[in-house]
Amino acid sequence: MKNVKSKRGWKLTSIALGSTLMVGAMAIEVIAKDWGSHEVDGRRSGYTYMTDETRAVQDDNFENPGMLWVENGEALWSKAGANGKSCASCHADPEKDMKGVMPAYPKFDKRTGKMISLEQMVNRELVEKMGEKAEKFDSKKMLSLMTYIGNISKGMPVNVKIDGPAKPFFEKGKAFYYQRRGQLDLACSNCHEDNPGKQIRANTLSEGQINGFPTYRLKWQKPGSVHRRFRGCNKNVRAKPYKAGSDEYVNLELFVKWHGRGLPVETPAVRN
Amino acid sequence: MAKARVKAPKKAKAGDIVTIKTLITHKMESGRRKNKKTGEVIPRHIIDKFTAKFNGETFFSSDWHGAISANPYMSFSFKASKSGEFEFIWHDEKGEITSKKSKLVVA
Amino acid sequence: MTKMKVEVLDRRQFVVASGAGAAAIIAGFSSAANATPEKAAEWIKKLTNGAKATEGKIKVDLPEIAENGNTVPIKVSVESPMTADNYVKAVHLIAEGNPAPELCSFYFTPMSGKANAATRVRLARTQKVIGIAVMSDGKVYMSQTQVKVTIGGCGG
Repeated sequence: MKNVKSKRGWKLTSIALGSTLMVGAMAIEVIAKDWGSHEVDGRRSGYTYMTDETRAVQDDNFENPGMLWVENGEALWSKAGANGKSCASCHADPEKDMKGVMPAYPKFDKRTGKMISLEQMVNRELVEKMGEKAEKFDSKKMLSLMTYIGNISKGMPVNVKIDGPAKPFFEKGKAFYYQRRGQLDLACSNCHEDNPGKQIRANTLSEGQINGFPTYRLKWQKPGSVHRRFRGCNKNVRAKPYKAGSDEYVNLELFVKWHGRGLPVETPAVRN
Repeated sequence: MAKARVKAPKKAKAGDIVTIKTLITHKMESGRRKNKKTGEVIPRHIIDKFTAKFNGETFFSSDWHGAISANPYMSFSFKASKSGEFEFIWHDEKGEITSKKSKLVVA
Repeated sequence: MTKMKVEVLDRRQFVVASGAGAAAIIAGFSSAANATPEKAAEWIKKLTNGAKATEGKIKVDLPEIAENGNTVPIKVSVESPMTADNYVKAVHLIAEGNPAPELCSFYFTPMSGKANAATRVRLARTQKVIGIAVMSDGKVYMSQTQVKVTIGGCGG
């Protein structure tokens, strides 16, 4: 008999096992909501851990404030850089050319012999092809381009390559995920694998999936990068956070993305 | 420059009551936050007035205070009677104005 | 330890801003430190010219539990035919537990068709939100809605 905590707004379905489950006059109920594409083989997107109100904000393109960044990214696509070239000079049809890009990053990069995140790839293009300077992961320009590129793949399943040359980096990311750290001595897995659905103070823990990034967080009141979220998590367990774009976080991103394999890209997701 | 998004219908029947949704990028700095490093109060800077007009006539407006969330969202209704043009105007405290127009055809 | 304190401060910026002392920050819910029902009452008086408000007609929708006080969806609707001689002139939303109680005011016209509006607001803590509707005939209606604002476990 499972005693699952009910959350407001979820459809409750009575267990159809008869009177053995009746306690006094109260029927024990479990949550049996069909999350559609937001659940794959038991892995659930952070979307399923939000309240109905927050989900409604994500679902409506004109209520979702992250769409402001998507639109800005779309405008930036054809804006010429210092050398006169724009993103569109090479990728003239972004709706087609960028489809499937977000679900596949981070990727193994032959040039550096390690993993490269999508932000780092965007920066490489900005610097080498357009004569621009590199952007920080959470600059307005980077978040606009990232939400735009991500939004083009909205609904596509996350699918990173973890074999071949990516394997050792995947293993490093995995080790990071299960390594206890900080004054609270907690690994990523302690919250997001062992306890999703339970409360941490007043918040519901999710599985820590990253299929919706860059995500518009109600707390941040703007979109933010995966690495910003990693930094926040690390600070919460009172560990020293790594830098956005560090090898540690790029490898972790690869592992966490694989952890949510098959979940749909939701960029820009809305989370609490 | 603030960037706005508006969802207003392009077509309606006379008598239809339609919903209009608007979003704009703005930090809506409440004047109640402190810079984490220096401890100094970040000066207040908000959009304080939103106006929706149809053919030049105001049909809905709103006063905003520091408690409106960043990147303000607002939705409201409009009763279609004739064809014309919407104009949506955001006025910020420093006098910066952002506006957006959209046409409506009433059949 | 310093780092930890920054996190706490960050999450409770409203409390800090309201001038509550360090003790109140740690206590979090020490409500008296930033309660403003008096300020709210003053503001309502100003908005309504002291007219007496009757319960009813206006409905303010808020989540029962707001996941983050920084961005709380709020929706208002007032029963009215919205005709030229009988319509809702204004709706004012007031947060009793915010350091500054004013949220926003909506001004309607018969062209609005319906006295409906929605936005997103910042709520400093669990509190009552008051809605005031001023009708074209000068009558004033009000509603009170309780909302729980969670203090996050994951500041991030």
